[in-house]
Amino acid sequence: MVPIAYYLVLSAILFSIGVAAFLIKRNIISIFMSIELMLNAVNLTFVAFTRRWSQITGHLQVSGQIFVFFVMVVAAAEAAVGLAIIIAIFRARNTLNVDQVDLMKL
Amino acid sequence: MHLTLFIIFGALCVAGALNLLLQRHLINSALSLIVVMSSLAVLYLLLGAEFLAAAQVIVYSGAIMVLFTFVIMLLNAGREERTHGSKMAYIAGFPGAAILLALLTFIFLSHRDSFGQARLGEYLVTTGDLSQVLFTKLLLPFEVTSVLILIAILGAVALARKEH
Amino acid sequence: MTDLHLWLIPIIPFAGFLVNGLVGRKFPKALVTTVALIASVIPLVQVATIVAKFSSLTLPHIENLGVWIRAGAFHADFSFQLDQLTLVMLCVITGVGFLIHVYSVGYMAEEEGYWRFFAYMNLFLFFMLTLVLAENFLLMFVGWEGVGLASYLLIGFYYTRDSAANAGKKAFIVNRIGDFGFLIAMFLLVQHFGTLSFTEVFGYVAAHPALQGGFLTAIALFLVLGATGKSAQIPLYVWLPDAMEGPTPVSALIHAATMVTAGVYMVARTHVIFDRSPFALVVVAIIGTATAFFAATIGMAQTDIKRVLAYSTVSQLGYMFLGCGVAAYSAGIFHLVTHAFFKALLFLAAGSVIHALSGEQDMRVMGGLRKKIPVTFWTMTAAVFAISGFPPLAGFVSKDEILYQAFISPNGGKILWAVGLLTAGLTAFYMFRLWYMTFFGEYRAAHRDELAEHGAAVHARSDTKLAVEADPHSGHGHGIHESPWVMLVPLVILAILSVIGGWMGWPDGLGGSNWFAHFLAPAVKSAHLTYEQATVALATGGSNMPNESPAGSKQLELVLAVVSTLVALAGWLVAHVIYYAKPELPAKMATQLRALYALIKNKYWVDEFYGAVVVAPVLFIARYLLGALIDRGVIDGGTLAAGYTAQGFGALVARIQSGNIRSYAGWLALFAAVLLVAAYFGWTAHFLPR
Repeated sequence: MVPIAYYLVLSAILFSIGVAAFLIKRNIISIFMSIELMLNAVNLTFVAFTRRWSQITGHLQVSGQIFVFFVMVVAAAEAAVGLAIIIAIFRARNTLNVDQVDLMKL
Repeated sequence: MHLTLFIIFGALCVAGALNLLLQRHLINSALSLIVVMSSLAVLYLLLGAEFLAAAQVIVYSGAIMVLFTFVIMLLNAGREERTHGSKMAYIAGFPGAAILLALLTFIFLSHRDSFGQARLGEYLVTTGDLSQVLFTKLLLPFEVTSVLILIAILGAVALARKEH
Repeated sequence: MTDLHLWLIPIIPFAGFLVNGLVGRKFPKALVTTVALIASVIPLVQVATIVAKFSSLTLPHIENLGVWIRAGAFHADFSFQLDQLTLVMLCVITGVGFLIHVYSVGYMAEEEGYWRFFAYMNLFLFFMLTLVLAENFLLMFVGWEGVGLASYLLIGFYYTRDSAANAGKKAFIVNRIGDFGFLIAMFLLVQHFGTLSFTEVFGYVAAHPALQGGFLTAIALFLVLGATGKSAQIPLYVWLPDAMEGPTPVSALIHAATMVTAGVYMVARTHVIFDRSPFALVVVAIIGTATAFFAATIGMAQTDIKRVLAYSTVSQLGYMFLGCGVAAYSAGIFHLVTHAFFKALLFLAAGSVIHALSGEQDMRVMGGLRKKIPVTFWTMTAAVFAISGFPPLAGFVSKDEILYQAFISPNGGKILWAVGLLTAGLTAFYMFRLWYMTFFGEYRAAHRDELAEHGAAVHARSDTKLAVEADPHSGHGHGIHESPWVMLVPLVILAILSVIGGWMGWPDGLGGSNWFAHFLAPAVKSAHLTYEQATVALATGGSNMPNESPAGSKQLELVLAVVSTLVALAGWLVAHVIYYAKPELPAKMATQLRALYALIKNKYWVDEFYGAVVVAPVLFIARYLLGALIDRGVIDGGTLAAGYTAQGFGALVARIQSGNIRSYAGWLALFAAVLLVAAYFGWTAHFLPR
């Protein structure tokens, strides 16, 4: 028996680590991976809350897990396209260092 | 039992995440992420989401992370350089992340009781239950996601292709 | 009630203005002429038909064309009125106006701005007719301002000349000061009566005989300020001499016969208010008399023929004011009418002289012209005798009426009479001086160079294209010749009017019946009524009010008439001696009375005084305080500061846009945390819809 709150705390920790990684890392692929980490943390939250909601209403609820399903699909698509973009950027700028891709500066 | 499993795999998750953060070499970070995802799959199982656990392993660890690995090897991304690009990231970002973590933890732990307890084995969601909903009420979004994936494929191919 | 379509009278000249103004530039000259003359003759015809129908009308005849302004309880309408006073003014404006239009066809024939001239003249007619036909102060003010505008446009007609442009500006600005007084008077009227309509205001005042002085004096004094601006009295007369920069027909029409008389008309129209304020009447009388004398003294020493006539106009307007100031409104208006005749004639004849001499205006280089331009000479002679007040010409009758009424009025009338009499003598003097210098003696054009050597500013004040082309040393352009008939016919007509025009007001004292005063009486009644008389008269229905105070008598009138004729003769005699019999006398007198001569030659340095006391401080305030300090400093500075602040703030915020993904992420994280904290502590509850 684990309090659901623990799951939520775990998810919060994972999310924060993801944010920290995003801020620290300089390689664009690393940053992308930290985004995936954040997504996963959120997925965990959804699943935990599905269980809680089922408990509250008394019968089986699936909505949270459906949501996770769709998040996974979208994450997959996004990963594919994102990595393609990274490849394109690499071809153009020959670097994966995100600090050197700052042409949008005002 | 439940608690033990939770602690082990939870610790594994956090360790993997921290490793992702701390490793310099990209491929090490990718492998740590795979560890995180697999541990998460177990945690899903503990919460009664069997289909999602499977999907997590198949899709996330098996496809997405493999894709990442391919790209890393394709681009020959090796050690990360140490450049100082932005101070603002540290000045604004870390406090933000810290506040986030602190606040969330505080809220969840102080209201621990209102979130209830999870028991093994109750309220299991089977694949059949998910499909029930997915193919009747949410048919349209389901079909739209297949179109989405198609578009993603097209996009990825168009973006990554070699220019002639 | 018959509908006389009064609104047509001003509208036709306005249509003429539109046609000539908008497309006249492309018309052949004949077409411009036709349009202009038609636009000025149709009102004349309409006035003539009104005259024919006049006895069958109920007066005052009012035509209301609709509401103009409605604000709460206040409303002002487009309404016109016709009574005896208006009819007299209409006759003068349309009659003399038409004659001057005809004259201008000849005078302005060689001008490039021919179409522009007639457009402006028609515009002027429109505004002037609106002024006299208006039934309320607001519509009258439209006409009042409009004639000022037309005057500005016409004075500055030769806009390429600096002096002309400046004169136009001066006229308009000085007029504006007067208009300010008129405006204040209107505000006071609205405040006290809640209306600007003549019938309502005058009706109210007439129905409350106890209403005296107080705010009525204030209103009257502000109206007087307006009148001094428009009618060139002290202290706002300074624009009229400068207005001679305009073409001569303009001087004749606007600055002799019509626009400058608007002030007198206004005083006569609002006589109901003035009658209740003896103080204001005294002010008017004193201003009028002082101006008459003052201007006459200046006119004695001027050398430009038009300047002499300008100061003469100021002086004669002073007489009209004097007439109104002693509550003899019909006398003032009568002098207005006769003055229109002979002053317009004087200006037109002067224009004929100038035209004959190809642009020369300085009398010192004229002389001996009477054989060369006989028609001009004889018509001008008629005008000179008329203005000097020789019986039985027009000027004598009207001027005498005023002097008589001044003499018999209470409150120091005899002093006013004495000054007026002296001025009449001066008038005769300077007019005959002009007459002798222009037409008699030898032709002094050869002396021009001599005079130039002595430092006198002798130059052809060119106001026709002829003079610009003609070389003053090579002869006389195309010779001294009489003007074309289109210029001479109006001269002759006006000369006839100057002679016989006074006969309609021939006074009782000299055997006449004074038809004019009796005709005008219903419009300007209560000539000398005191408060008690007004009460009594109103109580008895107001139909048999005396036209003169009990102190007058027929013998007195006769005696005074003889005295003024003698004074006029004396003036003629002095002029004859100085300027004809002994021509070397003027120079000798000028050197002997050097200080006095300098004083009047330089117009008492009034312009310089105004320049230093009024204009310079205003310019200083405008340029430095308002211009540099407030306009550039505060307003520009304020807006620039706002701009710089926005820019600075923007630059600050733009630093967030560094192009660096990680800094973006940092900001995101921070503000997401802030949002979360706000949500937790319920601050966002303030922004949720309830």
